[in-house]
Amino acid sequence: MKIPATKYPVERLTLDNGLRVVLSPDRSAPVVGVAVVYDVGIRSEPEGRTGFAHLFEHLMFQGSGNIDKLEHARHVQGAGGSFNGSTHLDYTDYYEVLPAGGLERALFLEADRMRGPRLTEENLRNQVDVVKEEIRVNVLNRPYGGFPWLKLPPVMFSTFPNEHDGYGSFADLESATLADAEEFFERYYACGNAVLAVAGDFDLAKTTELIKRHFGDVPARPAPARPDFDEPDLTAERRESYTDRLAPLPAVASGWRVPDPIGDFTGYLPYTVLAEVLTDGDASRLVDRLVQRDRTVTSIGGYLGFMGDEYAVRNPTALLLQAHLPPGGDAEKVLRTVDEELDRLATDGLRPGELARTQARIATHHLREIDAVLGRAQPMAVLEQQRGRPELINEVPKLIGEVTEEQVVAAAATLRPERRATVEVKPGAGA
Amino acid sequence: MSTHVLPGLAPDSKIKLPRSAERTLASGLTVIAIRRPAVPLVELRLRVPFGRAPLPRATLLSQALFTGTGSMSSLEIASELQAVGGGLSAGLDPDRLLVTGNTLAAGLERTLEILAAVLTDPAYPADEVGTERERLVDHIQVAQSQPAHLARTALLKRIYGRHPYAVQTPEPEQVRGVRPAQLRALHADRVRPDGAVLVLVGDINPEKAIDAADKALGSWTGPGKDGNVPAIPALETGPLLLVDRPGSVQSSLRLAMPAVPRTDPDYAPLLLANLVFGGYFSSRWVENIREDKGYTYGPGSSIEHFLAGSSLVASVEVATEVTGPSLLETVYELGRIASLPPGEEELEQARRYALGTLRLGMSTQAGLAALASMYASFGLRLDYLVEHSAALAAATREQVAEVASRYLAPAKAVTVVLGDAERIEGQLAALTAVERDA
Repeated sequence: MKIPATKYPVERLTLDNGLRVVLSPDRSAPVVGVAVVYDVGIRSEPEGRTGFAHLFEHLMFQGSGNIDKLEHARHVQGAGGSFNGSTHLDYTDYYEVLPAGGLERALFLEADRMRGPRLTEENLRNQVDVVKEEIRVNVLNRPYGGFPWLKLPPVMFSTFPNEHDGYGSFADLESATLADAEEFFERYYACGNAVLAVAGDFDLAKTTELIKRHFGDVPARPAPARPDFDEPDLTAERRESYTDRLAPLPAVASGWRVPDPIGDFTGYLPYTVLAEVLTDGDASRLVDRLVQRDRTVTSIGGYLGFMGDEYAVRNPTALLLQAHLPPGGDAEKVLRTVDEELDRLATDGLRPGELARTQARIATHHLREIDAVLGRAQPMAVLEQQRGRPELINEVPKLIGEVTEEQVVAAAATLRPERRATVEVKPGAGA
Repeated sequence: MSTHVLPGLAPDSKIKLPRSAERTLASGLTVIAIRRPAVPLVELRLRVPFGRAPLPRATLLSQALFTGTGSMSSLEIASELQAVGGGLSAGLDPDRLLVTGNTLAAGLERTLEILAAVLTDPAYPADEVGTERERLVDHIQVAQSQPAHLARTALLKRIYGRHPYAVQTPEPEQVRGVRPAQLRALHADRVRPDGAVLVLVGDINPEKAIDAADKALGSWTGPGKDGNVPAIPALETGPLLLVDRPGSVQSSLRLAMPAVPRTDPDYAPLLLANLVFGGYFSSRWVENIREDKGYTYGPGSSIEHFLAGSSLVASVEVATEVTGPSLLETVYELGRIASLPPGEEELEQARRYALGTLRLGMSTQAGLAALASMYASFGLRLDYLVEHSAALAAATREQVAEVASRYLAPAKAVTVVLGDAERIEGQLAALTAVERDA
């Protein structure tokens, strides 16, 4: 099957204050997506302030120079739109998706908080409470909370930026101060450290003017120097386990370091194919073996990046496998079988058709994502920020299609037990 | 220079429905094909009437639908689909068996052929069914450790009583007893084209896509079965039902209220009243208990539609220590929307949100497919979007207030709370009568 390509236009410009802009008009539906991405994430949090990048993201919705508390949401939703933000390892994004008529309003709102959020003690305390409830919902009050994205990094990594809990400890969140927030904004929320992307139904020339009008007076501040977060690869296997008092069944996740997603993109791409060869659907290697034949796991997934952000993460990162086991399941046995299947792949290569069908399915997943305006605006902003290459959004299916069997086999051969970090969930629930 | 004044909104263009075609095949299968060529894919949704099907068997059938045909193993089904960039999966709700899938546009015919083989020539091999049965049991066991699932289970039981909707997840023990032969029998009996609707959306010529579906699925025949579920019972108010989850660091509050189907004249005003109350971020409930009080990460309130009736459910997870205060604020906000008309501006805001959400929902292939398939299963077509938009645009403040007084009155709500009973029973009992789950 021939892998199709998309031709979304990509226009780039940089404002005088250093703000980078990516524009991708497409009039197939009367909606627009607006994304602003700041080059700061969980890895940049200071020690003693775990969870701060995410807490700060919340504060960006609490009003700004010309916007009162609650108004951001009201203005976006009152324009028929939706909004949110999310905090990742290497970036924090903010977005709106709206009927086309709301575009200028979204630009205004983003520019206003780029000039500065309204930071108050009351809002800070309120959002610390909200974030604690978010952590309770997503981590503390449910089985497998934070597994593996919060649980595996401390096993794999040894430095604070890479290993710490990005949701944050309650103690750290509670000790956050307004001064911390002001300093964080000053340092990281510089417009030179941001990218704005707009995708969807708009006129290019008119929108360029609107962007200059609204963002032109954001004070120029350069991007801070970004530290290299690299760590040496593992030379001996690391393994830890913990008891999850709410989990009725065991689970296990392993990660292996992969090549630098940006510095060595050619070396990295085969791992994205490998992850799907191993776990995408019933015809994949590990689902067939572990789920269908051995019945040693009930489900298994494989992906790149602890937050699944394969094209939106910098070095160091990992290929992850995570599996849920049946009652009494033996994680050790699962790991041995994974090793066996990786050996088989590395030794015998791929089966006829296996690579092509995996590539075809990856193309479908990718095209499906980018059919949505936000599915283009958000990744384009990150691709611009991390790589200066937003047009990669059109090129991914082709690049995936060019990955060779030799590359996939070579990638599989690097997933050795001695390079592996593993975390096991022991069921602590009575069920 | 910029003066930093909030810009107004450019007026929306008229809703433009995508090009589509529809045909009911000789077998009774309705095929709806919709053109949105933005990316070279096709989204597929098939809904087959499944009301009153025995739950453990139906649930396992949905999990095991792709385990094999007379000529293909599960592995072959999956790899043949993958070869055209395709994928299919199945799920179940109390009314329908739902097949969801997508494929590269050039793979549509092949994907339909494989779907046809699964529908007309299923094998349910004992080995594979055994695997899926164990997976389903494990999956249910995990679900039963999740507060959201437990709260929902308790709420369904409480509001539906002896109605078939009361239980929507089978017990592990019931699933363990299901045999492959029973799946084959259920499939033969219920996986029938009569009354089913297939929706195809994407980079297609609608007429040709229907031809392709006709060709591939022509051999899928057989009479449908009357799966009509009796109308849901009226809500029976009573004491708050408290379900104990010892050690829970949050409480899950669920309030069910009456609602109406999409075609009812009350629907648009009710939808708006619900938005103003708690149906989106800029609602009173969210602004109160999240943005003012910090009791929760995210409350939400929405109208759920089943074939046999609709209900309105408000859901929130709150810190254990503020369970009582959260209920107090919730009842206050319901009482306010039920007793006083909404403000002009907050109603306009909710209206624009409702209208905008429709446009956003239509803006992708997957969104269109979900809408078209869902509407079709209620006998509606995409042109309902136009009609519904007009109703939303026309609803007056008086209508919204009047409808809110009838549907959102806290006195009519059925309340279930899941949490650490020892720590929250006193808080709740200070506000209302409480009964413990047996």
